[in-house]
Amino acid sequence: MTDRKEVEEALGKRAGFGSDVDIERYDEGAKDSQDMGDLEKLDDNLQQRMVNVGVMPDEENRDGTIVFVNNALSHCSNKAQDGLVIMSTQKAMETYDWAKDYSWRAIDPTKDKYTAKTYLEDSDGYFIYVKPGHHLKHPVQTCMMLGQERGLQNLHNIVVVGDNASIDVVTGCTTVHGTNDALHVGVSEMYLGENSSLAFTMIHGWNAKTAVRPRTNVVMEKNSRYVSNYFILDPVGTVQTFPVAFLNGRGASCNFNTMCIAHERSDIDTGGCVMHNAPNTGSEIVSRNITYGGKMVARGRLVGNAPGAKAHLECNSIVLRDGGSTQSIPELVATVQDVDLTHEAAVGRIAEDQIEYLMSRGLAEDEAVSMIVRGFLTGNLEGLPANLKKEIDAAIEKANEGD
Amino acid sequence: MSLLEIEDLHVEAGGRKILKGVSLTVEEGETCVLFGPNGSGKSTLLSAIMGFSSAKVTQGRIIFKGRDITGLPVDARARLGIGMMMQRPPNVIGVRLGDLIEVAAKNGHGSTGHEGEFRMDSMMDRDVNVGFSGGEIKRSEMLQLTAQAPDLVMLDEPESGVDLESINMIGSKVRDLIENNGRRTSAFVITHTGQIMDFIDVNKGYIMIDGRIRSEGDPREVLDSIKAHGYGVDDE
Repeated sequence: MTDRKEVEEALGKRAGFGSDVDIERYDEGAKDSQDMGDLEKLDDNLQQRMVNVGVMPDEENRDGTIVFVNNALSHCSNKAQDGLVIMSTQKAMETYDWAKDYSWRAIDPTKDKYTAKTYLEDSDGYFIYVKPGHHLKHPVQTCMMLGQERGLQNLHNIVVVGDNASIDVVTGCTTVHGTNDALHVGVSEMYLGENSSLAFTMIHGWNAKTAVRPRTNVVMEKNSRYVSNYFILDPVGTVQTFPVAFLNGRGASCNFNTMCIAHERSDIDTGGCVMHNAPNTGSEIVSRNITYGGKMVARGRLVGNAPGAKAHLECNSIVLRDGGSTQSIPELVATVQDVDLTHEAAVGRIAEDQIEYLMSRGLAEDEAVSMIVRGFLTGNLEGLPANLKKEIDAAIEKANEGD
Repeated sequence: MSLLEIEDLHVEAGGRKILKGVSLTVEEGETCVLFGPNGSGKSTLLSAIMGFSSAKVTQGRIIFKGRDITGLPVDARARLGIGMMMQRPPNVIGVRLGDLIEVAAKNGHGSTGHEGEFRMDSMMDRDVNVGFSGGEIKRSEMLQLTAQAPDLVMLDEPESGVDLESINMIGSKVRDLIENNGRRTSAFVITHTGQIMDFIDVNKGYIMIDGRIRSEGDPREVLDSIKAHGYGVDDE
């Protein structure tokens, strides 16, 4: 049982990494639910913001959609019906007794001030459950809109994938209505049953002063597979996140892929941690980032606690402009003898001969750089939203406007 | 007016003086070959014509289609109609060959969809040049040039590092590119062995030694003389 007093005390607890955010500066975001109705009838700006982060207003080729504006559920649809439950976290707690078993189990509310605040506000969020044996044909999309200046969005999301089930989730998080100075906290707990699979693609599109503190933990059973693709392309104030996957079942495997553009004045601290707690588990943490004068820290921590663990950590950074910094912090920890943990890292510029080679095919220099950067960020990643290429180009253009 | 005119070109590369006053011309519709021992500056000359920053022009001019292009960036030269097959093009991780061919066609005058003829179907999703064999690199470069369809084709040793079977394909594709359905594209070809001359009609041969053009003449006679007497210098 969580001791509420302990959680209250944790409101003063800084996160383990990254710059500190004064929660008191922000007002709790609106919680009154208001149905947005047909997403295609929303005003064009709002629809564009959704598209920018991979969320399709026409909901075509999506098995379900759930939208939060600030802290309020604003849209929820389920096209898959059979096999898929999608609703707000609070409604799930009211509807299913068993849902409570998944609430605050993977994440300790006293972890830091952001989790504590989310717990104490009894925050809502999205709840996605795939019933055992069901394989969803199309991705489910979730959209978190932050639309309140000086507002605090704190969401509590839960994803449960039953045994032998699979789902792809695309999550787009973005500021809307010109919101800039605001705080997003997303606490996400994910539970993968035996032989299940979850591919989770998250695209963030914030504003130059927005503070972002996602808290994600993933609990994985036997032979389950989790793939996370996380993109930060737009300018942002500060981001700090360090998701943890617990590979508790034999043969489980996971990938954390993080792709970031650190614009001028952005401060990004990301990474991932994988706990290899069961035999013969595997993982790969890949970080690809580019700094246009922003500050970038890429962390990775692989912990081998069981025999047969095989894991690799890779961090590549391109520095396209002076004024910022890029740092990679790899950690490999082994507590048993039969593990294979490796890491490699590289920091540098784009080689001139590559740019000129593409230019010799008629591409202007900035087009050549964009093509290389786009390839660097997305090369060899599968299942990415179709519009991502455009978004990366737009983000590079934004970075170049700062010239 | 010559299509390409090089006037007293001096070029440095890697802090060393490589070209020491090169002058030559390539006429409209003409194919010229450039012979020379290793290290004589042949590749540096092509790099300087293409505008690569590794070849720094310190003196002289490069005139293309009557225009002084000595200070133009690489892409402007490409769009004016210069295209090049590099001997060792760089790996471009994350960029698909198919995408590069598409933009090459968009910026040039050629067409896409030729990968089958080049036996490159399965390579279109691969990262450009990454893990390509010698023959695949040549075929990839030719495929890109076919998409680009430049007015001046520059080839840096198209036959080097290629197995026999691929040489026939590369040779015939080079011929197609130059013959260009009867319109005859101009070409400037570096060759070490002269092997490529079995496939294409060549109008003029130059010999470069130590950064200078030593002689110029009928390409067959030039090649025969090299075969008989060598370059008269030690091949490095």
